[in-house]
Amino acid sequence: MHVPDGFIDAPTSAVTGVVAAGALAVSLRGARRELGEERTAPLAGLVAAFIFAVQMLNFPVAAGTSGHLLGGALAAILVGPYTGVLCVSVVLLMQGVLFADGGLTALGVNITDMALVTTVVSYAVFRGLLAVLPRKRRSVTVASFVAALVSVPAAAVAFTLIYAIGGTTDVSIGKVATAMIGVHVLIGIGEAVITALTVGAVIAVRPDLVHGARGLRQRLRLRVNGELVDAPEPAAVPAAARTSRRTVWLTGLVASLVLAGFVSFYASANPDGLEKVAHDKGIDTKAKEHASADSPLADYGVKDVSDARLSGGLAGVIGVGVTVVAGSAVFWAVRRRRGADVSPANPGL
Amino acid sequence: MGAGHAHRLYRHGTSPVHALPPHAKLAAAFLFVLVVVATPREAMWAFAVYAVLLAAAARLARVPAAFLLKRLLIEVPFVAFAVLMPFVAQGERVHVLGLSLSVNGLWGAWNVLAKGALGVAASVLLAATTELRQLLLGLERLKLPPLLVQIAGFMIRYGDVITDEMRRMRIARASRGFEARGVRHWGVLAKSAGALFIRSYERGERVHLAMVSRGYTGSMPVVAEAVASPAQWRLALALPCSALVVCLLGWIL
Repeated sequence: MHVPDGFIDAPTSAVTGVVAAGALAVSLRGARRELGEERTAPLAGLVAAFIFAVQMLNFPVAAGTSGHLLGGALAAILVGPYTGVLCVSVVLLMQGVLFADGGLTALGVNITDMALVTTVVSYAVFRGLLAVLPRKRRSVTVASFVAALVSVPAAAVAFTLIYAIGGTTDVSIGKVATAMIGVHVLIGIGEAVITALTVGAVIAVRPDLVHGARGLRQRLRLRVNGELVDAPEPAAVPAAARTSRRTVWLTGLVASLVLAGFVSFYASANPDGLEKVAHDKGIDTKAKEHASADSPLADYGVKDVSDARLSGGLAGVIGVGVTVVAGSAVFWAVRRRRGADVSPANPGL
Repeated sequence: MGAGHAHRLYRHGTSPVHALPPHAKLAAAFLFVLVVVATPREAMWAFAVYAVLLAAAARLARVPAAFLLKRLLIEVPFVAFAVLMPFVAQGERVHVLGLSLSVNGLWGAWNVLAKGALGVAASVLLAATTELRQLLLGLERLKLPPLLVQIAGFMIRYGDVITDEMRRMRIARASRGFEARGVRHWGVLAKSAGALFIRSYERGERVHLAMVSRGYTGSMPVVAEAVASPAQWRLALALPCSALVVCLLGWIL
């Protein structure tokens, strides 16, 4: 959805313009690194043309309605985050200048929202998932599904934020957020399916072209005396990778425990921004209490522990523990199943 | 690429507006839209004056009104949003024809419609009178990073090629009896999209090699320098300057 002129007020448009310009400068530099110094212009240009064209490819849903790809997540996964931001921005810029699609003064809003937020969020989610999923081709597809699924509502949230700061109409933020995020969760599902299928199709033919799958190179095999033998690997790398991964895990766990347990000790007990808006506007009078409202951890405190700070901290630690256990359980289950059923036909990548 | 690199909105002509250097036109259009956005929404007459100013510019450029108005249709999704606004916005309400409408919502709807329509009209006028290559030259003159302009240039030049490639794939699918009717057929379409990506990327590699073999080292040679005389700047900036006067009057009155 291209924002037209007059939808967001002038100061906010100017600020987002500065944000967009900064993002473009950074991604120009990053794209040179990703594509190679002098190859940048033709390759990024052709990828931008691809995004421009693929946005016109209609995916029929049912009974005459159809959707199309937005392409932010797809670009980030296929060609890398910097080139992705750059290409989607160029597409938006040209649509604004040549086709009057999206206002000239709203270019900053459009680039920040649709190029920057979508691409960066999806790439962060994608990388995060790849770090924990097994190193297989299927994982890339799964990760791109989730990345695209998250990226579209993330853009809707970003738009709602920009609207909250500089919207020219006073429709309540709650209504805008509900409408925007509700619709975009649905769009996100479609985007996720198409992105995952497309990434899967590219990986099947040219896995070397997929930026997000660079870690999955096939091992070099040599034919020695008529037999296929694995080429000797540089020995130091896997050991180093394993220790560093363990360090990352431990650091992450400790950091979240510290944040959840210790920092929430001192955190403000006031409701956060959105809850405050909801309260001020009277929206939350209608809001139903969450189904787990009377669970032992409701409202981030532990029942029967009277000290508010201690209770908050404890709840945080327990929450982190439960999340880690549940996450690991799911992860191990998935990994074991996958290891069992794919191994003979497709011995990894 | 045989169609002379003209984009869909361009209308060939020899008017004074067509003859203006591209960066002056770009700056004028951008400043005009900026002034329009900064105008208070209560000054309804100001928007009428803006429309008259744009109409005068369009007349000078010999762009027919029907062409401009047809292109305004791109705003339709936002018209739908604007129509909803008086019903969902808060604040005091008025009753018109038995409907309860929010005053703020009505102002908001007017604001989005008026500014959006003027913005689209200004962009259409710019695109209708400026050739693609000129537009890119103008963007470069306005100090956009040269690499960004190059990328935009490649995107536009090869956009038609890639779109054509997609069309050929569609014909190939159709001639084999494929018809996309629902979600079940997304797999085939996504494979086409994947193939399109591979073809685009490989074409990029070939284009790069072809350029390197012709002496490309990362920057394009400047063939035609766009320069604007003071008189041309005056003509181009007449539009945003008169709009600025109207805007200031709108704030004062």
